[in-house]
Amino acid sequence: MSTVIVVTSGKGGVGKTTTSAAFATGLALRGHQTVVIDFDVGLRNLDLIMGCERRVVYDFVNVINGEGTLNQAIIKDKRVDSLFILPASQTRDKEALTLKGVYRVIEALKKRFEYIVCDSPAGIEHGAIMAMYFADEALIVTNPEVSSVRDSDRIIGLLSSKTHRAAQNLDPVKEHLLITRYAQKRVTKGDMLSAQDIQDILAIPLLGIIPESKSVLQASNSGVPVTLDKASDAGQAYLEVVARFLGEEVSNSQKKGFLSHWFGKK
Amino acid sequence: MPNLTSIPAFELKGSLTTLMVLHLFKSDQEAITVQLADKVAQAPQFFQHAPLLIDLQDLGEPHLSALDLTHLVELLRKHGLVPVAIRGGTDPQKQLALNLTLGILPQNSRSESREKPQIEVESEPVILNTSAKIISHPVRSGQQVVALQGDLVVLSPVSHGAEILAHGHIHVYSALRGRALAGVNGDTQARIFCQQLEAELVSIAGQYQINEGLPHHLQGKAAQIFLVGEELKIEAL
Repeated sequence: MSTVIVVTSGKGGVGKTTTSAAFATGLALRGHQTVVIDFDVGLRNLDLIMGCERRVVYDFVNVINGEGTLNQAIIKDKRVDSLFILPASQTRDKEALTLKGVYRVIEALKKRFEYIVCDSPAGIEHGAIMAMYFADEALIVTNPEVSSVRDSDRIIGLLSSKTHRAAQNLDPVKEHLLITRYAQKRVTKGDMLSAQDIQDILAIPLLGIIPESKSVLQASNSGVPVTLDKASDAGQAYLEVVARFLGEEVSNSQKKGFLSHWFGKK
Repeated sequence: MPNLTSIPAFELKGSLTTLMVLHLFKSDQEAITVQLADKVAQAPQFFQHAPLLIDLQDLGEPHLSALDLTHLVELLRKHGLVPVAIRGGTDPQKQLALNLTLGILPQNSRSESREKPQIEVESEPVILNTSAKIISHPVRSGQQVVALQGDLVVLSPVSHGAEILAHGHIHVYSALRGRALAGVNGDTQARIFCQQLEAELVSIAGQYQINEGLPHHLQGKAAQIFLVGEELKIEAL
């Protein structure tokens, strides 16, 4: 059984692509066959973050249009064995994604992969709907900031109405809240919403909190998913998120302290 | 000075003409978008600048209240069609149509039963004689919940940017952060009750108050809102 996970937010710049890359890498590091798809057709950033931009020959839209095969388009990561990337097209726009085409590609990927991570574009339009349509689970990436929280709320509403699970009356898409760019100092000062405030508004289960970290920008710029940076606090937080997603209790006492630290304060 | 009244400058007459009618069967934006694009692609010239009537009469609940009319009109215009009026629809939709500079045609009493495409989407059993509509999932930003008859009871939060409307009372047993409009058909006896008042706007029978006008000491508290004469009262529960 494979699982389709959409990484979505509504708002742009909150860390969807960073999360998609880090999360997919984390799943692959745990030995799961994982592919991450860039749905941001026309902007194509995931390959940069994953450091494979110079190896793109065929892309997602080529596969949908039958101009190339899936095997030609999928790029194998050089660092992690079971990690693959399906890049977006730079030259097309999001209208090139059709429901039928996306369905075909995802069904084909399900034969090979355990986890299919869909990196959604920002917004609530066609591209974002295509990315979420076939999802079984969703990571809602939210910054501790009012506009991001409101956009996430909107996206959660769409997840319950604009997906195949909603259309076919299946179990709803399983939602996970992921708070990124969290800075405890600024929360304490009252500049930022607290994790508790965000949870009160969005009312979905919290999967994890990723601290604001310089290592994220460094990792992006050097094309390394932040989960591969052992020294990065954000990378470690993403690994915890992956563990929790896989249903494990995160038992590391230091990490527990780290989390209860967030939750302790309101 | 030319004579402005005696020589007729125009004549107003009713006339019968064929008009393209869009009969909606479901509110699924995605399906409409995809199918409309298909349809228009078959004969793009035919649809260019063609006036169009949007018919909502075949649209049953929950599709009717879920329909995003603004989006639909935008979509039609994008394809070169010119929506001119709606037929059927809820009162808020009719108001919306007017705001979109569309006309409103009276419902036509049709005897023929139209063959509807099979709708595979769930149609939950609707009990007609209940007086209250009960919602137990969060009402998210951008969503609208309407209780056309009777009261509306919401057991979960109503987010910023969401809108709930009821013919009768509104009860929110959680945080009310969006807009709540009770007595939308003019019932001045309707009230709003909520456990946590953070509403963007509250309204009873058209008398409204925005968030800034809510009493400071009641922000985030349990409160009820009702009308006394023309005046909106907001009190602690």
